Amino acid sequence: MSRTKKHPMPCQPVEERIKNFSEVALGYDEQTAIAEAKRCIQCKNPRCVQGCPVGIDIPQFIQKIAEGDFESSIEILKSKNSLPAICGRVCPQEDQCEKLCVVGIKNEPVAIGRLERFVADWERVNVKPKGKQVTEGKKVAVVGSGPAGLTCAGELAKMGYKVTIFEAFHQPGGVLMYGIPEFRLPKKIVEEEINSLLDLGVELKTNVVIGQTITIEELFAEGYEAVFIGSGAGLPYFLNIPGENLNGVYSANEFLTRVNLMRAYLHPDWHTPIKVGKKVAVVGAGNVAMDAARTAKRLGAEEVYIVYRRSEEEMPAREEEVHHAKEEGIIFKLLTNPVEILGNEEGWVTGLKCIKMELGEPDSSGRRRPIPVEGSEFQLDVDGVIIAVGQGPNPLIPRSTPSLETSKWGNIIADEMTGKTSMEGVFAGGDVVTGAATVIKAMGAGKNAAIAIDQYLKNKG
Amino acid sequence: MNKILEKKVLAPTLKQIVVNAPLIARKAKAGQFVILRVHERGERFPLTIADYDREKGTITLIFQEVGASTKLLGNLEVGDVILDLVGPLGKATKHPHAKRVVCIGGGVGVAPVYPEAKELYENGVEVISIIGARNKDLLFYVDEMKKVSKELYITTDDGSAGRKGFVTDALKDLILSGMEIDCVIAIGPMPMMKAVSNLTKEYGIYTIVSLNSLMVDGTGMCGGCRVTIGNEVKFACIDGPAFEAHSIDFDEQMRRLRMYQEEEKLVDCKCGEAEKNVEN
Repeated sequence: MSRTKKHPMPCQPVEERIKNFSEVALGYDEQTAIAEAKRCIQCKNPRCVQGCPVGIDIPQFIQKIAEGDFESSIEILKSKNSLPAICGRVCPQEDQCEKLCVVGIKNEPVAIGRLERFVADWERVNVKPKGKQVTEGKKVAVVGSGPAGLTCAGELAKMGYKVTIFEAFHQPGGVLMYGIPEFRLPKKIVEEEINSLLDLGVELKTNVVIGQTITIEELFAEGYEAVFIGSGAGLPYFLNIPGENLNGVYSANEFLTRVNLMRAYLHPDWHTPIKVGKKVAVVGAGNVAMDAARTAKRLGAEEVYIVYRRSEEEMPAREEEVHHAKEEGIIFKLLTNPVEILGNEEGWVTGLKCIKMELGEPDSSGRRRPIPVEGSEFQLDVDGVIIAVGQGPNPLIPRSTPSLETSKWGNIIADEMTGKTSMEGVFAGGDVVTGAATVIKAMGAGKNAAIAIDQYLKNKG
Repeated sequence: MNKILEKKVLAPTLKQIVVNAPLIARKAKAGQFVILRVHERGERFPLTIADYDREKGTITLIFQEVGASTKLLGNLEVGDVILDLVGPLGKATKHPHAKRVVCIGGGVGVAPVYPEAKELYENGVEVISIIGARNKDLLFYVDEMKKVSKELYITTDDGSAGRKGFVTDALKDLILSGMEIDCVIAIGPMPMMKAVSNLTKEYGIYTIVSLNSLMVDGTGMCGGCRVTIGNEVKFACIDGPAFEAHSIDFDEQMRRLRMYQEEEKLVDCKCGEAEKNVEN
C-alpha cells in the first residue's frame, strides 16, 4: 500500500448495492485503521483541528488508533463530539478537517473521517453502555432532535442541566432519520448513537410540535429557564413551474421521508406507499438530490437523471456522493433547466420540458450565472419528478412566536457565536438560523449555544 | 397518553373514539386535526378533531374504515393505546363576521363540521345545518348537530331519512327560499365540496371547505398535501386545512387523492391480529 494515498474504503459492489438499501461504504478493519492512522505525522500545531467545527483533538485520537488503544481514542473523540459514528460518515471532510491536513499538501490527506467512523463503530460493538444518568439542574428545553438539538442537549446534560428535547416526529434524529438514506447512514446506528446521548440524562418527548402543541412562551411558563431552537430547514422549495402538482411529482423531503422514516421501500409490509416511475428526473445537484436519485434507483427506476442548470464544477454535492451516483448509473443532464412538467389526461407525469443553459458572468455568489440558450427546448421522457432545489426554515415556530425576530427568508436571527436570539433566554442554531447547511455545522452551533446557555443561566443566578 | 377511553360504533364501518390526549385537548380549535400512527409499521394519517374536552383532557375522533390504517385504528378497543398521536395541527378555521352560517356535513364530514357549528353557535351566530349520508344507517351526530343549530336538515341519497337527494339539493332549497346566508361551511367528500362550491359561487355566497389531502408529516415539511388556490400553491397542513372554496382547484385535489389507489390495495391490514400497544 502506497503511503501517498488514503487506504481505500471497501465498498459494496455496484451491481449488488443498487438492489438493496444496505450501507455502501463498509468501513476499515483494525489493521487498515492502524495503518491509516500511522500516515498522520502528528503536527505540533495541527491545522486539521481548525477545520473541525466542534474542535476534535484529531492528532490525539488518531495517535491512540495507531497504538491500537481504541478505547482511549473514542474517549478523546467523544469529549468533543457526541455523534462520531454519524459525523465520520456524513461530514464533508474534504472541505473541513482533511482540507487543512498537512499530509494533503503533497499527497492525499489522512482519512480523518474514516478513522473517526472506525473507532466509533468499534465502540458500539465493544463497549457496553453505561446506563441512564440522572441530572437535576435547571430545566432547559431543546426544540428539535436533529444534529443541532441533540448536540446542544448532550452538552447541557454533561454540565448538569435537566434537558428535555421536544420532537415533532415520532422518532428523533431530524434529517439523520428522515433525510439521509439508509445506504449512507444506517438508521440503527443513528438510533444507537442517539440512545447513548440520551443516556447522559436527557429526556425526549416525541410527537410534540412546538408552535402548535406548545408555544415557546408556554415552555417558560412550564418552568424551563432557557430554550434552544434547532428546528432545521424542513420547508421544501418548489420550482413554481407549470405541472408541479401533477401526480408523480415529489419534493425530495417527501420522497426521502416516505422511504427513510416511513420505510416505504418495504411496502406493503410497512404501510406507507411510494410511487417511483421507470424514468425519474431529480432536479437539483446537492447532496439531497444525490440521495433522492440513488434512492429512486434502488426502488427500481430504470433511468434516473440529475437535472441541473449549472455545470459539474458548481454542483454543491460532495464529490464522493457524485462519484457513487455515477458508479450507480445516474445520468447527469447538466446545464439543463426544467421549464414545465408535462402530464397526461389522468394527471400523471409524462415528461419534463427543459431548456439548455450556458454559463455567463459570475453572479453575487461568485458562480457563473446560467443563461437559457434560446430555442434549445427539449423534452425528457420521465414518469417521475423529484424536486431537490433546497429548503427553507419551517414557519410554525416564527408564526407562533411574534417576539422572535426573523430574516426576510424566515430564518431565526441569532448571534453567530452564541446563538442568542431577540427573545430573552431563547437561543437558536443550525439550519433554522443559517439555512440548509451541514450536519457538523449544526452540531457546532448546538455546542456553542450550550456554552452560551450555561453562561446565561449562571449570570441569571 | 393516547389511551382510548371510549369507543362507539356509529355504523358498521363508522367509529367514534374518545382518546386521552391532554396536550392536544388544551389547544384544539375548530378546524384543526391530528396525525396518527397505529402501529410500528403503520403509516401516518390525518383525522380532524371532532370534539374536545379541555378539562378531562380528551379529544374525540370519528372515522370511516376505508383502508388499512383506519381499519387498524377501528380495531383498537377501550384501554388500547394509539402508538403515535400528534397535534393539534393546521390552522383554526377563520370564520368571517357573519349573522347566519349554513354548516354542511357530508358522510363522515359531519364529524369535522360539528366543532365548526358548535363554535359558531357558542359565539351567538345563527347556525343552519344540513347533514347528508348515503342512507339512514350512516347518519350520526343528529342530536349533537340539532343542539347547536337553529334548523337542521337531513338528506339521504336513497330517501331512507329526511329529504331524498344530496346536501346541495337542500342548500339550493334554502337559497331559493330567499334565506339570507352570509357564509357556508361545507365538509365532506371532495365531489360534494366541489358541488357545494359551484352552487354557492353562482349565488356569490362566501364558502369555506376543509380539505382532506394526503399527508405525511402534517407540519409543512414535505408538501405532499399541496393545493392550488387561485395562482398560489399552499400546503393544506399548515396553511389550511380550511380554505375559501371558490378559488380551489378541486379537480387537482381529487386527482392527487387517487395517487396511491393501487398501492393501498396491497396493504394487508391483518385486522384480526392488530398489534396493540398497552400503556404501562
